[in-house]
Amino acid sequence: MAAKKTTSQDGPMLLGRKLGMTRVFNDDGVSVPVTVLEVGPCVVTQVRTAETDGYDAVQIGYDEIKPRNSTIPQIAHDHKAGTTPKRFHREFRLAEAGGYDLGQTIDASALASILFVDVAGTSKGKGFAGGMKRHGFKGKEATHGVERKHRSPGSIGGHATNAGTGGGIKKGKKMAGHMGDERVTMRSLEVVRVDADRNIVLVKGPVPGANGGMVEVRPSVRLYKSKAAKVAAAGA
Amino acid sequence: MSTQQLIESINEAQLKTDLPRFDVGDTINVHVRIVEGAKERIQVFQGVLISRKGRGINEMIIVRRIVDDQGVERTWPINSPLIAKFEVVRRADARRAKLYFLRDRVGKSRRLRDRRRGMKHVEGQKTVH
Repeated sequence: MAAKKTTSQDGPMLLGRKLGMTRVFNDDGVSVPVTVLEVGPCVVTQVRTAETDGYDAVQIGYDEIKPRNSTIPQIAHDHKAGTTPKRFHREFRLAEAGGYDLGQTIDASALASILFVDVAGTSKGKGFAGGMKRHGFKGKEATHGVERKHRSPGSIGGHATNAGTGGGIKKGKKMAGHMGDERVTMRSLEVVRVDADRNIVLVKGPVPGANGGMVEVRPSVRLYKSKAAKVAAAGA
Repeated sequence: MSTQQLIESINEAQLKTDLPRFDVGDTINVHVRIVEGAKERIQVFQGVLISRKGRGINEMIIVRRIVDDQGVERTWPINSPLIAKFEVVRRADARRAKLYFLRDRVGKSRRLRDRRRGMKHVEGQKTVH
């Protein structure tokens, strides 16, 4: 089971897909760039409690998959929850998981009253990238005698620098290497619109990954003061 | 429903259906909504349409006018709710898709030739043959 743990939080996490971007005009007539997400429906495939598992969490499954493309243990696991085989399974922690039942469906309406969400996805792979692209290094001048080293990262430190005692390069030194295709979380994205009938959610701004990529959507765990104030105002 | 159709269905609700027909080169009045506190008023910006690009919800226009001998250009999304209305004042014959050359023109040479055909749809305008 490829279930991933997340930190404890108030609301449910949902799985979905990034569909693409567009713009909407808000009430003030301002154009807001939005990402269109298909969120859910997700099925609760396992409920974990402190007694049985040592912690409280809910595991959800999302997206239909043909049984022949899944595995027998996986199919049986979903069958136990009384549902068809699912492609993705993720787990989110709760202080108390008692409110969820096996086989229960969670859809986009769960986000209807939520103002800000965190969206996690897998970023687009960029392959082996140099220091300028990967870490924002400045490179070297175009002229003034620079030859063949315009995008080089420059010195990475001599054997006696960087360390104090002994030579060598410190671990984690920023260098060229593989970039992208990793888990990225966009925090505190504004929920612009929730269409519960079609399980569509519009969030402000971009979301990691290509169109069609799987994303995890959950209520924001941390908010800036200004955004937290908006949440407080809406709740009052 | 395909993904593209779904996104289009989100956009469709925001597209204006009452747009008059106008093309690059036309002189148009853009009625802009201006909100000051609780009050709302309309300001009219009259100028020559020098660019119209993009499609659907992303369609943008650039309108150029001369204020105190100084060129002023404004850009809007055509479907912006901040624009109350478009009016076509005069139709002109433009031989380019983008009239950026007008930026370099001074005086009388800024004028564009009247359009000879297709004047019928401008209300109150005489059709010239």
